[in-house]
Amino acid sequence: MINFDYIRMGSISSAVKALDKFPDAKIIAGGSNLIDLMKRNVMAPTKLIDINPLPLKYIHTTKQGVQIGALALNSQAADHELIKTKYPLLSMAINAGASAQLRNMATFGGNMMQRTRCSYFYDTTMPCNKREPNSGCSALTGINRMHGIFGTSDVCIAVNPSDMNVALVALDAKVILKSAKKERTIAFADFHKLAGDSPQLDNHLQKNEMITDIIIPENQFYNNSYYLKVRDRHSYAFALISVAAGLEMDGQNIKKVRLAMGGVAHKPWRLYDAENFLQGKTASLQNFEEAAKIAMKGAKSYGHNDFKLALAPSSIVEALLKASHLS
Amino acid sequence: MSDQKQPETQEKELICSSRRGFLKATTALTAIALSPSLITKAALQHADERLAAFFEKIPLNIEVNGKAYQMETEPRETLLDFVRERLHLTGTKKGCDHGQCGACTVHVDGIRVNSCLTLAVMQEGKKITTIEGIANGDKLHPMQEAFLKNDGFQCGYCTPGQIMSAIACINEGHANSPTEIREFMSGNICRCGAYPNIVDAIVEVKNGGMKL
Ligand SMILES: Cc1cc2nc3c(=O)[nH]c(=O)nc-3n(C[C@H](O)[C@H](O)[C@H](O)COP(=O)(O)OP(=O)(O)OC[C@H]3O[C@@H](n4cnc5c(N)ncnc54)[C@H](O)[C@@H]3O)c2cc1C
Ligand code: SF4
Ligand code: FES
Ligand code: FES
Repeated sequence: MINFDYIRMGSISSAVKALDKFPDAKIIAGGSNLIDLMKRNVMAPTKLIDINPLPLKYIHTTKQGVQIGALALNSQAADHELIKTKYPLLSMAINAGASAQLRNMATFGGNMMQRTRCSYFYDTTMPCNKREPNSGCSALTGINRMHGIFGTSDVCIAVNPSDMNVALVALDAKVILKSAKKERTIAFADFHKLAGDSPQLDNHLQKNEMITDIIIPENQFYNNSYYLKVRDRHSYAFALISVAAGLEMDGQNIKKVRLAMGGVAHKPWRLYDAENFLQGKTASLQNFEEAAKIAMKGAKSYGHNDFKLALAPSSIVEALLKASHLS
Repeated sequence: MSDQKQPETQEKELICSSRRGFLKATTALTAIALSPSLITKAALQHADERLAAFFEKIPLNIEVNGKAYQMETEPRETLLDFVRERLHLTGTKKGCDHGQCGACTVHVDGIRVNSCLTLAVMQEGKKITTIEGIANGDKLHPMQEAFLKNDGFQCGYCTPGQIMSAIACINEGHANSPTEIREFMSGNICRCGAYPNIVDAIVEVKNGGMKL
């Protein structure tokens, strides 16, 4: 690992001031993604700003729902009584990711910011527009089994690898971002971006901003939530496809529904059209199959990931059946 | 909303900029001569700043297996390299060095983590427990006993990580069934495939109900 400067911050205000002062510095939280990438020379920041002493480790209820500090651990949330009972979708998604050790290190902010797992992004001997803009995309014509089928661009077809993000986008979460000069709150759905012509940027966080909070509004999905993750082995593997489904039911009638997918796009992918179709309908295999068909409109595969065109809709149906207790 | 946040604490901040000017003037050429090419290339790109940092050591107060240490660490030293290379506690193993195998599992303030993916410098004031720290003198820890009794290993390379992880798995309350144990122990890979016996060992300790 190339050496770097290290500073440790004790308050939010000093952390954002440091971000202002050192535009090339990187925040370090759990370290589980950044240190991995630095060891491989995929990222080589000259300075790390350790934010671990900051008072952002809480998970608590507010008038709007639940507020989670950017330094709360993934394991802390997954095991939290409030999250398990009122937001089980989040708990399920987190526990489907990584390993117990890594979830003990992974913070909410760090998880949101984790980089893609495209193998060419990791391989510094290969062209990759995300790692090195304008060098080319090796995945387009290479091994692209893990890659995207929605909203891809002709310069990058990588996917966002996080499980937590899929649940948070389904749950209409919001994010608070703070810089030395201002604080803004944006929808979680607007945090990550598509690759477009700037694949080097995964999201809309400005260089001088940090994530301080995630807010999940109250919902009634807790009896009918399911996170389905399809992967190469049963545990400790990234998703080929994942589906987060939350339903609010009135008998067999779907009052409200939230659906999102992982492993398919450069950002956690909400299935708005499928949601609109299901709203007010009866929970049934037929309706779920129709919703999956709607969700797949515009999907495009790249060779090795052709299987996702079949796996994705059947995963959507399966997640909905599980969430509505029909299977 | 923001009024519900905890107040900002005034914990000690650490800003290291100490010897930069001096190092800039004196050691740049030596560093280039000694560094592998990659470091040299990066160093040249970022000029003197990074070369200076290359030599910077930061004080570290850390407790390992009940013993307090006052040491210095280079920012890039991982906790794993620190315990193995600096404290010579080589029970903790380096398998993949990338968070993929669990051989390096240690406890930080009682919580299991992969020591290869955290920096020593980030552990200021923390209490670390490694495999060397769990026995009570000559008396093995119940999990060590159970691994022996159940043949929870073959070559033994993954075993320190498995045992540290297993103790935490029970303490976290995630050892209530073999299925749950398998899921919450998935971060520890065993190339010898001792998995069934590892699960048996954990079940036995869990059923024993001892405080770990
Ligand atoms: C072997 C392995 C398997 C894994 N499997 C999965 C999986 O199946 N599913 C899954 O979802 N994840 C998986 N992960 C990834 C894991 O979830 C991430 O590494 C973790 O969430 C990153 O969090 P962190 O706090 O350690 O981030 P760090 O490594 O500390 O930081 C990551 C990035 O976030 C930035 N950052 C951190 N906090 C903030 C903040 N508050 N504001 C702004 N920027 C910030 C940092 O600057 C850095 O760029 C796996 C990781 C490994 C190593
Ligand atoms: S898909 Fe994106 S991350 Fe992967 S090689 Fe292409 S540009 Fe790089
Ligand atoms: S050496 Fe740390 S997980 Fe493999
Ligand atoms: S005992 Fe050999 S790797 Fe587990």
